[in-house]
Amino acid sequence: MINSPTLIGRVSKIVFLGLCLIVTVFPLYWIVVTSLKEPGAIYSLPLDYWPKQLSLDNYIGLFTKSDFGQYMLNSLVVALVASSVATLISLLSAYVLARFQFSGRGAVLGAFLITQMIPGFIALGPLYLMMTDFGLVDSKTGLILIYIAICIPFCTIMLRGFFENVPDALEEAAMIDGCSRLSALFRVIVPVMLPGIAASFVFNFVNCWNELFLSVTLMNSDSNKTIPTALAGFISSFNIDWGSMSAAAVLTVVPTLVIFAFASKFIVQGLTAGSVKG
Amino acid sequence: MTLDVKQAAPPPSGRKAALSEPGRGSSSKRRFNGRTALTLLAFLAPAAVFVGIFTYYPMTAGSQMAFRNWNLNDLSDTSWVGFGNFRSLFDAPEFGTIVRNTVVWVVGSLVPQVVIGFAVALFLKRRFRMRGAYQAMIFFPWAVSGFLIGMLFRWMFNAEFGVVNDLLMKAGLISSPIPWLSDPGFAMTAIIIANIWYGVTFFAIMILAALQSVSDEMYEAAALDGAGKVRTFFSITLPSISTTLALTILLRVIWIFNFPDIIFAMTGGGPADQTHIITTYMIKITQEGDYGKASALGLIVMVTLMLFAAFYLMAVRFRKADR
Repeated sequence: MINSPTLIGRVSKIVFLGLCLIVTVFPLYWIVVTSLKEPGAIYSLPLDYWPKQLSLDNYIGLFTKSDFGQYMLNSLVVALVASSVATLISLLSAYVLARFQFSGRGAVLGAFLITQMIPGFIALGPLYLMMTDFGLVDSKTGLILIYIAICIPFCTIMLRGFFENVPDALEEAAMIDGCSRLSALFRVIVPVMLPGIAASFVFNFVNCWNELFLSVTLMNSDSNKTIPTALAGFISSFNIDWGSMSAAAVLTVVPTLVIFAFASKFIVQGLTAGSVKG
Repeated sequence: MTLDVKQAAPPPSGRKAALSEPGRGSSSKRRFNGRTALTLLAFLAPAAVFVGIFTYYPMTAGSQMAFRNWNLNDLSDTSWVGFGNFRSLFDAPEFGTIVRNTVVWVVGSLVPQVVIGFAVALFLKRRFRMRGAYQAMIFFPWAVSGFLIGMLFRWMFNAEFGVVNDLLMKAGLISSPIPWLSDPGFAMTAIIIANIWYGVTFFAIMILAALQSVSDEMYEAAALDGAGKVRTFFSITLPSISTTLALTILLRVIWIFNFPDIIFAMTGGGPADQTHIITTYMIKITQEGDYGKASALGLIVMVTLMLFAAFYLMAVRFRKADR
């Protein structure tokens, strides 16, 4: 804006943005504080806004009383494989949808968009029966396959937005030089689009890392469960063990938080370039 | 021209031959197109296969259950019942409450998200030190799963040991703790607050991007004409970003409508079904084993949201026509 900032304007800006930041970050602060209290101190009044006695008991309990380490490893494997494969597949489909006009293009995009409107629960029953037929219930492979399918539509839409920022001339030049379409894509375009691809990958990773309902439905054994099923376990019992819960929550959020901190700039670009253009 | 036709009709094995002699591609445009088409098809195939098998097949199979008697507790009779499942849904005494809750949930979450998000975006528009860091920090809610957000707020809204009651009492706003999650009226407020917390960032970022695409010349012209801040906002800022705003809102409506996670974790639809929205109610019915009724509900959601999608796509067309 052209108007020079007044003092009132500047103060209200700082107050408003500061307030928003505090409200945004406070839940994270609170769960960290809760997780670091002694298990007994969590349920004592008046509330302490910083632990009187710092304690790692909640974390130690999590790893000794449950298989949380195993769950974390499972989540890491499932999310890493599924999001890598989904990003690769989406890269190919996004390329086609961004670069070529063909009949049925709108239909393909529409089919991808519709998947975003379906409540997952409508497919849950048949999906479970199908996975039983495939022998893929309680199997990481099964979960990975489903997660790939879940990630593809939005990832394609997001990557398509990034493709539109890369000039056609780039790959045309490469193809005139004798590159095949596939190698032009990977040798010339992918390096330019790397930030966008990284953002899409992160987005997929976080979605897989956090997915709850399918994992709860399909995974039964401790050696295959992912973190969200463990979290859901805390809620099904009559009393919620808030100490373990908060420790588990911190361990779940921190990895995604770190990745997001690095990738947020590109994710912003991806969301604004990809999903709104339609 | 005749040459083209000849080359355009290779035998079925011609695909391999064509691939092995790429040097001739430029002289025969039509065959080149055919070859490209095959490549494109191959590029699209993996995505189509995955989405087809793991999304569309179960979705279709699930949809036909909506018209059948399909209860996991008794699978001896899975006959077709027409719209019977829909009728028994509409006849259920709680259905009205659930529809009303869904509307309250969507509108009550959406409006504050838009207003606060808009304000944040306006304040972030002018570059300042640490703006990038600030943007990264308000991104935090996005790293958290819906279920976990529900759990965080469930703990903060805990009646006895919750930090929300503690802060409100310290501020002198209330004199005794509020039973947030066990009182229907307060429970709805609490889940909506959690959802607002989650969604503000999305709007802030989308609106900020739209604001940054408005050219400075428009503002300069408005300033020359002597327009004040309020006038400028309503006659320049708002119209310039209205299409983006409309699209973002529609997209968001779909997501909020379809987002049971927070409620599932915070109240599970309780107390006494008072915070159920359509999708959490669907979870409840699924867990009870009545897949027929759950699928019917799913179809209702899908049709409702596709109406929104129609608006969404129409809005995109309008936007493109504007350019």
